[in-house]
Amino acid sequence: MILEGKAWRFGDGITTDHIAPGRLYHLRSNLSELAKHVLEDADPGFASKVRPGDFIVAGSNFGQGSSREHAPRIIRMAGVGAVLAQSFARIFFRNAINVGLPVITCRTDKIEEGDLLRVDLAGGKVYDVTKGFELEVGRLPEIMIRILQDGGLVEHIKRHGGLQVLM
Amino acid sequence: MGQTLAEKILSRKAGYDVRPGDIVVVDVDWAYAQDGTAPLTIRELQGLGVDGAAKPERSIFFIDHASPSPRQELSNDHLFIRQFARRTGSRIHDVGDGICHQLAAERYVRPWDVVIGADSHTCMGGALGAFATGMGSTDVAVGMALGKTWLRVPETIGVRLVGRFPGWGDNRETTAYISAKDLVLYLIGRLGADGAAYQALEFFGPGLEALTIPERLTVANMSVEAGAKVGLFPSDKKTREYLKGQDREVDWLALEEDPEARYARLAEIDLSRLEPMVARPHMVDNVASARTLKGIRVNQVFLGSCTNGRLEDLALAAQILQGRRVARGVRLVVGPASRKVLLEAMDRGYIKTLVEAGATVLSPGCGPCVGVHAGILGDGEVSLNTSNRNFQGRMGNPKGEIYLASPAVAAATAVTGEITDPRDME
Ligand code: SF4
Repeated sequence: MILEGKAWRFGDGITTDHIAPGRLYHLRSNLSELAKHVLEDADPGFASKVRPGDFIVAGSNFGQGSSREHAPRIIRMAGVGAVLAQSFARIFFRNAINVGLPVITCRTDKIEEGDLLRVDLAGGKVYDVTKGFELEVGRLPEIMIRILQDGGLVEHIKRHGGLQVLM
Repeated sequence: MGQTLAEKILSRKAGYDVRPGDIVVVDVDWAYAQDGTAPLTIRELQGLGVDGAAKPERSIFFIDHASPSPRQELSNDHLFIRQFARRTGSRIHDVGDGICHQLAAERYVRPWDVVIGADSHTCMGGALGAFATGMGSTDVAVGMALGKTWLRVPETIGVRLVGRFPGWGDNRETTAYISAKDLVLYLIGRLGADGAAYQALEFFGPGLEALTIPERLTVANMSVEAGAKVGLFPSDKKTREYLKGQDREVDWLALEEDPEARYARLAEIDLSRLEPMVARPHMVDNVASARTLKGIRVNQVFLGSCTNGRLEDLALAAQILQGRRVARGVRLVVGPASRKVLLEAMDRGYIKTLVEAGATVLSPGCGPCVGVHAGILGDGEVSLNTSNRNFQGRMGNPKGEIYLASPAVAAATAVTGEITDPRDME
């Protein structure tokens, strides 16, 4: 699967509070409303600027903090094609796969805001079309590839009747 | 070959010797969610086509984050959770019972257990020798539905503790100005906010004896602030005493560290050299000693949370505030971690002392920690908390500033109105 879109730059240590702030706690059962505020505390107005298929490109430890799965869900609902970061916080990473949001670990320092990116998910490649360079991508564990291919954890379980990880 | 505590627990569960990097499917002893993550957990369970849990008596729902509810949307979430728990026979702890992780420690978690919770600080259960870790709502829904979860066996960072906290061995209640919170803040400062990502922390060494179970809970709680999957302690005689105090000595099993265990990294901390520490806005690893921050004024002090809202924490604060008053213009907000903590603190007079000194006492629960209610900051306001996170916006306002410290620093700061090392009080 090849994705193409524009890069939106974020720094290191973006927290789940930046992505889905605690003051909007009451919107947790109203995800489409919460999605209008995605990443608001890191980049006000991000939700209205981002276009379907665009990418979030961040530094290290993206998604640190709470286990709130609402965070990757509203990123996906905002139309983001994938999140590329130098590294991810563990719970966020697992949540993203579970809800079908591709997360890509790679060296992001040379990508700038507005760069056009082409991402080959299956082939594990990121190409910066604007600047003309290619990046190596960290490989996902097999179980996560399967969950992502099935469209998330719930679909995975429904399809296989259980966790298909030990083969 | 030697095994770390994480490898021991997961090997027993898996039925074979596991190694770091292995993916295992294991039985889950306890799966839980709180009112912020439970509605999604329940919806995902229903999306799986199950209206219930494989082991309802081991599936627990907590109403602690927005508790009592400050808004109608959240009240409706609470209704949804209550109805589900009643219909399916799952356990529920409602308004006033306390914080999920504290109740898990008091009533449920046992050494050698595997615990998953839809809350990142589930790792607090590691203090009792359980492989306890935070996950998202969907993972916990699947854990409830199947009674199983998948885990990647983590590498372990060994943290060897030596020495004693200064003042240890005398009367702990009156000399504990330097404690577990300072240890864990110091450690996070050293490792960095992602220094233990995807790994387990394991605490061992002669200094362990200096750490009570409530203190181990504080340390295990914050291991996720270094990115760790779990912060594990052996299960020893202190664990046994603690469980006995909760009327469940039968749950005790020994879990000993293995001198041959292979750690990815080793760190050593001498407890006798620690100082009162503070994490500055807006990152937990942005630590400094309390003394160097003298003069920073605060508007609010929050004493509570799953990190430091226990009886020992309230006792120490009451002892510092005895005969003193909270500084003018400072709000001291106290959140006992559980009903049991509140009752005992009342029996022992701590609550009276705190209220006389000017504190506001909340119902047991998360209180202002997560920014939903009960202590949200105004623009430019500063709060010093005994909780575990100081991220921008964490207390409900991105224009607020949060410092993190121990109960002793919090009480001293409440008295002076500026960040204060308790050793510097007259
Ligand atoms: S007290 Fe704070 S950190 Fe602990 S569970 Fe509640 S919101 Fe989370």
